[in-house]
Amino acid sequence: MEFSNTIWIPALPLIMFVILGLFGKKMPAIVAGFLGTAGIGIACLLSLLTAGKYFLDNTSGQYSPVIAWNTEWLSFTENLHIDLGGLLDPISVMMLVVITIVSLMVHIYSFGYMKGETGFAKFYAFLSLFSFSMLGLVLAPNIFQMYIFWELVGVSSYLLIGYYYQKPSAVAASKKAFIVTRFADLGFLIGILILSFDANTFEFSGIISYVVQASQEAPAENAFAFCGLSALTWGLLLVFTGGAGKSAMFPLHIWLPDAMEGPTPVSALIHAATMVVAGVYMVARLFPAFEAAAPEALLVVAWAGAFSSLFAAVIACTQTDIKRVLAYSTMSQIGYMMCALGVASQIEIPGNAEPVTLGFTASMFHLFTHAMFKALLFLGAGSVIHAVHNNDLKGMGQLRKFLPITHLTFLIACLAIAGIPPFAGFFSKDEILVAAFENNIILFSIEYFVAGLTAFYMFRLYFSIFWGNETNCHHTPHEAPLSMTIPLIFLAIGSIGAGFVPFGSFVTSSGKGFEAHMHWEIALPSIGIAVLGIAIAMAMYMKPSAAPEKLASRAGLLYRAAFRKFYIDEFYEFMTKRFVFNLISRPIAWFDRNVVDAGMNAVATVTNFVSVRIKGLQSGQLQQYAFVFVSGAIALGIIFIYMWVQSGKM
Amino acid sequence: MISVIPIQHILILTTLMFFIGVYGFLTRKNLITILMSTELILNSAAINFVAFNKYYYQGEMQGHFFSLFIIAIAAAEAAIAIAIIVNLFRNFRSVNVEEVDKMKY
Repeated sequence: MEFSNTIWIPALPLIMFVILGLFGKKMPAIVAGFLGTAGIGIACLLSLLTAGKYFLDNTSGQYSPVIAWNTEWLSFTENLHIDLGGLLDPISVMMLVVITIVSLMVHIYSFGYMKGETGFAKFYAFLSLFSFSMLGLVLAPNIFQMYIFWELVGVSSYLLIGYYYQKPSAVAASKKAFIVTRFADLGFLIGILILSFDANTFEFSGIISYVVQASQEAPAENAFAFCGLSALTWGLLLVFTGGAGKSAMFPLHIWLPDAMEGPTPVSALIHAATMVVAGVYMVARLFPAFEAAAPEALLVVAWAGAFSSLFAAVIACTQTDIKRVLAYSTMSQIGYMMCALGVASQIEIPGNAEPVTLGFTASMFHLFTHAMFKALLFLGAGSVIHAVHNNDLKGMGQLRKFLPITHLTFLIACLAIAGIPPFAGFFSKDEILVAAFENNIILFSIEYFVAGLTAFYMFRLYFSIFWGNETNCHHTPHEAPLSMTIPLIFLAIGSIGAGFVPFGSFVTSSGKGFEAHMHWEIALPSIGIAVLGIAIAMAMYMKPSAAPEKLASRAGLLYRAAFRKFYIDEFYEFMTKRFVFNLISRPIAWFDRNVVDAGMNAVATVTNFVSVRIKGLQSGQLQQYAFVFVSGAIALGIIFIYMWVQSGKM
Repeated sequence: MISVIPIQHILILTTLMFFIGVYGFLTRKNLITILMSTELILNSAAINFVAFNKYYYQGEMQGHFFSLFIIAIAAAEAAIAIAIIVNLFRNFRSVNVEEVDKMKY
């Protein structure tokens, strides 16, 4: 099949970025917004067409990777060259659809949300840059292209978090996000170098087949190993570090809550639906390699995911900033996806001849549905913030009367994330739980408990906003304009409908579809715990009551620790200030000042001193020069005559 | 005839001329006099060329031509030097070599 027109999917946002970046200031805001939206709109249409062609026109039931286009970008030697290309396989096509749909919704939504902001065109330019980078990332057929776009999404995230650059907290948050993810990307880069050095290629297919082959052979006697793990496993783990940084896995998650300083549509697009799942996507892209290097690499992935999901869910229960609750919820859900990849061993499913990697499909499925309902949650939160001009839950309540559409769509999203059928989250979460149950009962119990926590904190949020106390607001809250409600309604439909997509028949690690069934023996208890979570939240927050405070004081230490995010930020600050600054930075600064600089200064001082001393020679007196010259000539003459006489010629 | 004058006499003369020139160059303060001293040095060299040619390489012309070249170069050099001196005088209102020291460090 011919897919070369997919090059326009990333190219259109790039063109729009260039146009808006260069001429955005000169055009009216509405034109700038329209251009950006048109670019991503066409890209969205193309993505849907591509997905239709890739999935539906394929009758063989086997979805094999297609290189849609490929050019050599940098060529160093015969073997070492960096290509730019487009790889279409089930997960990248799925990601294309997710990214362009959510991005389009955010573009439309921003018409209303960002109305009247200075730098409206700049905002759309950055959104286009982000869309381009993210699309380039998912299309990457080689790991180096992925790294390039990986950094590009980091930059666009930095730019958009720091959009309100006059606010010191936004500037600090953007720097934090950039530095933390950059720190993690160092691991990614080293991982890339290890893997591609061994595999002798940057191509994903080459790396995967090399790792699979290497893991089947007995390890050579002289093979490099460190701490009992082979170099390849270390490479994969380092690559995973980069993914963990981008996907806000513990302990590299600290940037994500702060990133909420950016405009809310940005949080919806970048920090909920697309960029933060790049880590999951990357692990999925290299999944056969991770699978081959199991159990160590996959075990790390699974536990990092499971711990992050639990950790974030506990914190989310205590936060009072509406966007921060959602940020921790995002972190928790990404932990779910990571965990699902980690437990994605091959299992038998009734009705299928061959064993399937259910966790892989479940993870991608959850990524898909999560993008829908989490974007919806953020956009809904944006609509609430737009109405009451406040982020804090304590100043909100009873908003269901004023914001009917936001209320309804937010409720749908909450039900979806809590895992109530027939909303989307139920189906994907069920698959994850099944995969975890088949693999590891401890991981399953963690995820099961987190499912309950998720339902609790989401409905805590919901009841606090739309029920509970009266809103403490200067004016009557008003429903958002049409440009904001249309994306809400669209995404709400997505949050309901996405669960019915037969994901198992499309997106699998082997490219071969399978029949997925409901597992009621696991689904029913998970519905049960979700309903329990909702019921507790309802009892505590639906009517104004003292129950939350009582429970908080009862929980005491745990509540305070969770409220302060388990002191991770403080810990990092302590570590950097006490250890990194004192033990590394200060000695280096001392060395720089007292050795490097001082050496240079010494050279300069000596030169200066000598030149002051000898500058008297250059007196400007012509006759002095002549005298020196003549006496030198005479002295030389005398010497030569003396030597001549000595040599006995005369 | 010329042969009654030994070459040593001519060489003593040119040596005296040369060192008188050097002495003048080093001690005189007036730039015009310094220029004249350099002419003395050049001329002593020119006489040497002619003398050596006459006494040792009779029938050849290189020495004569060299002294002709020296005369031509001396004339050109004098013209340039005078021009420089005139300019210096315009700038400094003086032709005293000790006052012309603007180009030092």
